[in-house]
Amino acid sequence: MDKDIFQGYKGASLAILKKYNVRVWGQATINTSRGPFIGTILPRAENDDDKHIVMKIPTGYNIGVDIDTITDMKETGYKKANYKIPEKEFPVTKGLPNVKLFGTGGTIASRLDYRTGAVIPAFSPGELYGAVPELADICNLTTEKVFAVFSENMGPEQYKQLAVRIGEEIENGIEGIVIGHGTDTLHHTGAALTFMVQNPPIPIVLVGSQRSSDRPSSDAALNLMHAMNAAGNSDIAEVMVCMFGPTSDDYGLLHKGTRVRKMHSSYRSTFRTIGDVPMAMVDRKKITTIKKDYKRRRKDRDVTILPYFSDKVTMLYYYPGMKPDTIDALVDAGYKGIVIVGTGLGHVNKELYPAIERANAKGVVMYMTLQTIWGYVHMFVYDTGRDMMAKGIIPGANMLPEVAFIKLGWALGQTEDPEKVKELMLTVINDEITEREPYNGYLVYQGEVPEIKKFMRDVRK
Amino acid sequence: MPKHNSKTKSDPENNYLKSMKEVEYVPRKEATQETYDKIGFMSGLEVHQQLLTEKKLFCHCPAGVYNGNDQFDAEVIRHMRPTLSELGEYDGTALMEFKTRKEIVYRLKNETTCTYEVDDTPPFQIDKTAVDISIQISLMSKLNIVGEVHITRKQYLDGSIPTGFQRTAIIGVEGEIYLKNKKVRLIQLSLEEDSCREVSDIRHTRIFKTDRLGMPLIETVTYPEMVNPDEVMEACNYIRFLNRSSGKVRTGIGAGRQDVNVSCKGGTRVEIKGVSRTKSIPELTHNEAFRQWALLKIRAKLNAAIPDTKSWKMNHKQIDFDLLGDLPEHLKEAHESGYQLFAVQMPGFKGMLSHFTQPGKIFADEICDRLKVVACLEKPNMIHSEEFRQATPNIDLLIPDNIFDRDDTDAQIIFWGPEEDIETALETIEERCKMAFDGVPNETRKSFDDGTTIFERVLPGADRMYPDTDSAPIPLENERIENLRKNLPGEVIDYYHKMREWNIPEDTFIYILRNNLFPLIERITNDLKVNPKFVGTTLGHKLKFIEGHYQSSGNFKYEIIYDLFKFLKEKKLELQLIKPLLTVAWQHPEMEFNIMLDTIKFNKISREKIISKIPILEKEFSEIRISKNSGVETKWIMGHLNKIATGNMALNELSSIIDENRAI
Repeated sequence: MDKDIFQGYKGASLAILKKYNVRVWGQATINTSRGPFIGTILPRAENDDDKHIVMKIPTGYNIGVDIDTITDMKETGYKKANYKIPEKEFPVTKGLPNVKLFGTGGTIASRLDYRTGAVIPAFSPGELYGAVPELADICNLTTEKVFAVFSENMGPEQYKQLAVRIGEEIENGIEGIVIGHGTDTLHHTGAALTFMVQNPPIPIVLVGSQRSSDRPSSDAALNLMHAMNAAGNSDIAEVMVCMFGPTSDDYGLLHKGTRVRKMHSSYRSTFRTIGDVPMAMVDRKKITTIKKDYKRRRKDRDVTILPYFSDKVTMLYYYPGMKPDTIDALVDAGYKGIVIVGTGLGHVNKELYPAIERANAKGVVMYMTLQTIWGYVHMFVYDTGRDMMAKGIIPGANMLPEVAFIKLGWALGQTEDPEKVKELMLTVINDEITEREPYNGYLVYQGEVPEIKKFMRDVRK
Repeated sequence: MPKHNSKTKSDPENNYLKSMKEVEYVPRKEATQETYDKIGFMSGLEVHQQLLTEKKLFCHCPAGVYNGNDQFDAEVIRHMRPTLSELGEYDGTALMEFKTRKEIVYRLKNETTCTYEVDDTPPFQIDKTAVDISIQISLMSKLNIVGEVHITRKQYLDGSIPTGFQRTAIIGVEGEIYLKNKKVRLIQLSLEEDSCREVSDIRHTRIFKTDRLGMPLIETVTYPEMVNPDEVMEACNYIRFLNRSSGKVRTGIGAGRQDVNVSCKGGTRVEIKGVSRTKSIPELTHNEAFRQWALLKIRAKLNAAIPDTKSWKMNHKQIDFDLLGDLPEHLKEAHESGYQLFAVQMPGFKGMLSHFTQPGKIFADEICDRLKVVACLEKPNMIHSEEFRQATPNIDLLIPDNIFDRDDTDAQIIFWGPEEDIETALETIEERCKMAFDGVPNETRKSFDDGTTIFERVLPGADRMYPDTDSAPIPLENERIENLRKNLPGEVIDYYHKMREWNIPEDTFIYILRNNLFPLIERITNDLKVNPKFVGTTLGHKLKFIEGHYQSSGNFKYEIIYDLFKFLKEKKLELQLIKPLLTVAWQHPEMEFNIMLDTIKFNKISREKIISKIPILEKEFSEIRISKNSGVETKWIMGHLNKIATGNMALNELSSIIDENRAI
């Protein structure tokens, strides 16, 4: 009961509210040594202190009142806010593709949460249609909230569940699937679904937003439109990530689930295809294919769902001076697979060798990936690389570290036999390892260089 | 093919003049308090003032660095979508802005823009100096300081802020200021980030630059307690002077600007945005009150003429350019651009389009302005049946026969635009006409130098507020507030009374207070024992004149005036010298004072030596004898001695000696 009436208040501030019998959402006058304050009492975020009471004053602003200054307080009315996106039934238009949207949470659809003072996921087709009515011009949409977690809470269990649900939807004849997802681990899920949902006949598009949908400048609406368009209309039957191409509200890019990475903590154009070119450009109306070689959309429903994942897999980010006990500790803890993120072409220091040997002897599989993000592991170039291979470390070619981690978890979920794991790891499913790195697959331009300065002003938006 | 006999047609100009009389409009100069009482003039202010900080409010870009419209390194494009407020409502302005479908382009300059300005990174911690200055100014405004500052997002979908909202926070509520004859209460003071500066707004593209974006700005809001235009200006000046007296605010063009809220009895709150010159406030508020009064008159007339306003509808038809004969120039252009042409009939609106609203403005302008803003149709965008201010084609000749069922009570508009904007344009016209049945629409208006205003946006309400989920609340402890209270300057109203007591002429007050010079006058008076009236006029007359007439090489600081007075005192020179010296100091503030004396060709000459020259000059004058008037003689002699006397002896003393000399 108290929880509802005094939402978020605790300790001293809760005591004050109780003392004067003033509720959250109550309209109140508070007299203080700094003068009187009038407004509606708002809930307080759980992690904020117990020394202030939050109120919305008549001009719409929020302020906090210091409880030590309060001399008197009186509730004069009560009005609870009803935060609700207007819900409208999503219309069905003949001739438009049928798309399923799976909700997993994240900022793609969210609203204010008083508990944390941050945003929480909110999601329904009606709400989405109310907020982004343009979606109805793109596809016929059904939605399902599979779970509501923040991106960082997505993990193996969710991957497996999603894969199974995707398989069912494909069997039911859906023409495209969109997955709304928090952006932090969007690329992990992209990789996981690529391995777990093999040979899909339709596009499976992961989408998120970098600015929550409660902001007028949010990228959520446009990302959703792009993703729906890609899922419903594109010919690419692969697991892809669809996010802003440039930071401007212009076009989105479709990235292959195994070659994409979040590269900036807050930029809208944070997702980049690494070591290759993106699959396609997408806007509200059209899809322009960039990469000509892709898996085409099919009429059949022959999809293979492989929902396996072992949690006995870990990652080790190497640093100079790393001690062997770090690897020993992981082995002792029972990990069966380690993805090492090494320096340069794929190196760690000699000091680790004995630990690597011990791990290998215990049947722990180890794969080498790169801190440089771009490029291939080349363990033949220097002696150290050859030494390491001899001690059991398998080069992961140009597999991205996160992708290698997901793939190893997926492989170990199926077998612990190192040879079989190796076969799974090195058998390419969808470009997680590529034979060649296109020349323009690595582009990180530098500001203020004359040609880039010109490019920034004239072209890049 | 006119269908109506021209004799039965209304004469729009006469109608304009007649309606102006009915509204009882009087020019501001002729208006008295009674005039304003009758129409129920009411006005409040939102005074904005940039704070003097090194960096912007929520990021670490430099504040106060500006660039030209075409100086930019990159551009970013955004579209704004309305979102729900914290209380779960959509805001009216937001929906209107969404209807206009604007593409917003931001021009970025590397020096003044980081990823925060383009909304690609969350805010950094709020600038502490800015919070301290706002607390001080809040204390000076007698506001109750909040216990905890909550950053709030205030939605702006016009694109002036790339996030689509302004981060703003209340520092104090419920304060007051004292005008000459009354007290005005303040609603609140907030600290907020300044918005972008607009470069252009044509059709569906609005361009902004981000140099000013994010600079700390305070907004002081008064209750609507001013009852005549002069009072509004007085209150505005007071708040601006109070801000200046803190010594911690920015000065210069655009550093201070205000929104003025006006209503009349039965009208509604209309906000005149971004008024940068306080001087224009009286004319603007006067005209706005009367515009509302006129709209109420229109309401009364329409409700009398149209029996059922609820079911009122206008009619429209597309017409073919080719059906029209010789097209006027702008219509030819529209035709060439592939625009569509529409005729609109508004039953019962005869005499309304040419109805007075503001001096030189008619109701038809209200529609025309909305077509530009809401439907993005650039002007000229329409012609109508009651235009008289310029030669326009006779609309009867343009609207083909029989397309409407016409009668004597309707009015017509012809407008043109691209196909995709026609629907919004039609809605806009109908909406504005329907609003006329209710009187005065809630809106913000843009001001012009002639004292008139045009529609800018629908007035946003409290529904556009949302807590900023990216920032934590900031507690303001008593200790911090009390420390800041220790260093407050004096009160502007006390300055005012003190200056009157000193007999400083009132026409200098605005200059002195605007530049926060009172403390300087007080120090010169107290420390150097100079007559305050003399210091006041030196600043308020002489210095003001110099500023307006001479170029300064740059670093002129008011503090130099103190040093100049001190220098004259120490050198035992006449204080009159301050005036020529000030002219030099303004132009070359780095120059040494001794050299300044040389520059004005000052020579130290004894009093006796100057007086000894009088007889010779008298003799000379008697030879040329241009007049018998002794005053002329004194003036003539003074003219010759002025230069050597200045600084060496008081000129009025010299003048009386000349007079005495003659009397002997």
